[in-house]
Amino acid sequence: MFLSLSSLAVARGGVTLLQGLSFRLLPGQALILRGPNGSGKTSLLRTLAGLQPPAGGSYHLPPDSVAYAAHADGLKSTLTVAENLAFWARIYGGPADGDHALAAMDLTPLARRRAGDLSAGQKRRLGLARLLVTGRPLWLLDEPTVSLDLASVALFADVVRDHVSKGGLAVIATHVDLGLSEAAVLDLDPHRARAIQSSGFDEAFA
Amino acid sequence: MKALLLRDLRLALRSGGGFGLGLAFFFLLSVLVPLGVGPEGGMLGRIAPGILWVGALLACLLSLDRIFALDQEDGSLDLLATAPIPLEAVVAVKACAHWLVTGLPLTLIAPGLGVLLNLPPGGYGWLVLSLFLGTPALSVIGAFGAAVTVGLRRGGLLLSLLVLPLYVPTLIFGAEVVRRGTGGMALATPLALLAAISLGAAALLPFAAASAIRVNLR
Repeated sequence: MFLSLSSLAVARGGVTLLQGLSFRLLPGQALILRGPNGSGKTSLLRTLAGLQPPAGGSYHLPPDSVAYAAHADGLKSTLTVAENLAFWARIYGGPADGDHALAAMDLTPLARRRAGDLSAGQKRRLGLARLLVTGRPLWLLDEPTVSLDLASVALFADVVRDHVSKGGLAVIATHVDLGLSEAAVLDLDPHRARAIQSSGFDEAFA
Repeated sequence: MKALLLRDLRLALRSGGGFGLGLAFFFLLSVLVPLGVGPEGGMLGRIAPGILWVGALLACLLSLDRIFALDQEDGSLDLLATAPIPLEAVVAVKACAHWLVTGLPLTLIAPGLGVLLNLPPGGYGWLVLSLFLGTPALSVIGAFGAAVTVGLRRGGLLLSLLVLPLYVPTLIFGAEVVRRGTGGMALATPLALLAAISLGAAALLPFAAASAIRVNLR
């Protein structure tokens, strides 16, 4: 179980954003992606999740090994917290230990609430609790800390640390310091295909 | 897969799930058409098979865009695409769930609405049978249309335009079965063709729909 990229290029909407990405991630390692908005962090994660084909180069990871957490949490507002989690647990056929996942993200008191009634941060925590029930080794996390408070960020960092220490892998795109001192950091700036030209829109109408 | 089916059924039945919208439409149409057509003897009974089939088809069309659009909006579709279930199975299960909450209830209430439309006595059995065989095709073809338009905001109109021509054969053969049934004519041919459309659509379209979703998710 390892993730390796060899001169991978990533495109969005037909425009190549990143190129020449090569690294290897072994079990027990976490990688933090850094780069300004629009640098291709999300596109890279979507490529690794298999949702879009690479624009060039290649990557290797075992089949069915990815748990992807996007900007949207994939929650149904009319289902309760426990029902949402149980659904994903059964879809992934992983350890159906929903209680453990709820407890890890401090959601146990909210288990019977409708997901639509949760606050943004609570929804986010539920979306991240989903990772625990997938049983997948490689976590691809896209801005996981959006709308989380400081205590929840620390809680989540502990969950990631625990996952990695058990031989898991994580690739995290974030602007926030998660306090994962052991994680490697990959700055995407040198890999950007070309500087996005600052929009000529205003100039055209000036 | 069972989990996905149960979730879709549960979502449809909970408040705001859109279950009942198609049924209410079908009911209203069947109540209003007799009032509009008037009590001319025999006229209503003659057009009843066509009205009932058109009503069922439009009722089915109403809820099509919910099949994938809601999952796409809240991110579930991305997650389902990375889940261990093949996307073809996701499409098939969601089409099946759509049929269970629209096609099947429409089939079950159709005889009652047939009374309102003065459907001749010989036609009720054939009405139920033709809807039972034909509505699965409506759900599967609809799921394909929904998959093609999934990335579009307000794709509902495009979806209707895309799907309606594909619904025409089902409508023609479905209404023909009921018409012949009420007249006591031989109806094996339209019945067989109706079943063939449903089976063919169920066998092939999930693959086409899954490919369309993969392209739309990029």
